[in-house]
Amino acid sequence: MKKFQCVVCGWIYDEAAGAPDEGIAPGTRWDDVPDSWACPDCGVGKSDFEMVEIA
Amino acid sequence: MHPIIVIGSGLAGFTLAREWRKLDAATPLRILTTDDGCFYSKPMLSNALAAGKTVQQLVNKPVAQMAQELDAEISTRIQVSAIDPANHTITANGETIHYSRLVLALGADPIRLPLLGDGADAVLSVNDLEDYASFRRNLEGKQRVAILGAGLIGCEYANDLLTGGYQVDIVDPGNRPLSSLLPPEASAPLQEALGKLGVEWHWGVKAEAVGRTDGGFRLALSDGGSIDADVVLSAIGLRARTALAATAGIAVKRGIVVDNRLRTSATDVYAIGDCAEAQGKVLPFVMPLMQQARTLARVLTGTAAELSYPAMPIVVKTPACPIVVCPPAQGLAGEWRSSQTQQGVRACFYDTADTLRGFALTGQATAEKNALAQQLTL
Repeated sequence: MKKFQCVVCGWIYDEAAGAPDEGIAPGTRWDDVPDSWACPDCGVGKSDFEMVEIA
Repeated sequence: MHPIIVIGSGLAGFTLAREWRKLDAATPLRILTTDDGCFYSKPMLSNALAAGKTVQQLVNKPVAQMAQELDAEISTRIQVSAIDPANHTITANGETIHYSRLVLALGADPIRLPLLGDGADAVLSVNDLEDYASFRRNLEGKQRVAILGAGLIGCEYANDLLTGGYQVDIVDPGNRPLSSLLPPEASAPLQEALGKLGVEWHWGVKAEAVGRTDGGFRLALSDGGSIDADVVLSAIGLRARTALAATAGIAVKRGIVVDNRLRTSATDVYAIGDCAEAQGKVLPFVMPLMQQARTLARVLTGTAAELSYPAMPIVVKTPACPIVVCPPAQGLAGEWRSSQTQQGVRACFYDTADTLRGFALTGQATAEKNALAQQLTL
């Protein structure tokens, strides 16, 4: 399971944890997160920004 | 056909350009900027030390890549000196450039105190990547940093510097951190957490002068005290860049006034981001900027769109004590009700009709932010 970071605000998406508050179940791969999803901390759209894989 | 011209290549200018290009691939786009035109994220500057990032690593995309992705002509290191709304032109470097529509994404200037002393000109402020590069250069081999202002930016930089091993003093005329955004009960855990990391607070005083010393600088405070520092960082607030618009006869108040379609008082001139005042507010944060950009992109391509802000919680990036705040509307009558556990502070603002109108959460209590944001009445 990987972690990704929003390059605009630094919010971290952890695939193992998902984002249940945002309706993303734990274990959801980043690729499977809907394109319509927006970063919960800054509102940038998934298709608009790079999520950078972090260690 | 004359291009759409965007002045400014910060988050606002580039986000607007990107949102608009999704809807219009044909109209020429020109972006003018005073900096080097690379795409970077300002929110990432105040935690770059903890993230182990160099200035170069903070560049998300170089200007050439932005120009290609946006299909835009990007002119860098160029200052726009005038706007002529009647003739639909701007003047930059002596050149007159015609626009079909103009978007002002000028940002804001850091407010500077009128400091005395021979070191006043060395006081730094950080509001773009080049400022930040200068800040990092000045930090090399140094130990002590004095920060003017205990607001959001001052506290974020303080946290980053403290975890980076620097000694930090913060000077503020008030008596608690983030006093304009947080109720006292939410300021308290942050004050305590930064205190544990070793910050020296100087409350109820202002810096009046900065003098050069053998080792660095000495700040003279309004109570007669002084602070020795190697680097002085001013973080006392931002003022929207309204001069260019005002000189052109465009209506400005705290920011360049725009309506819910991001239109200024001049036909075909729009404003967005830290320079703009929409719905009576200048909101220098990313979420409002995103809402503005999506709305304006549709307006520019002829789709009916009205700016509508949802609840937009502000995340304070102080890892020592994370905070999320949705401040209630300015001047709203009501009261804060708060509870505190080991996990953090949960403070909710209720108006006189007992309706939830704002909140502030610290530590692990920040997990409730979505639930509370949904319950909020704006």
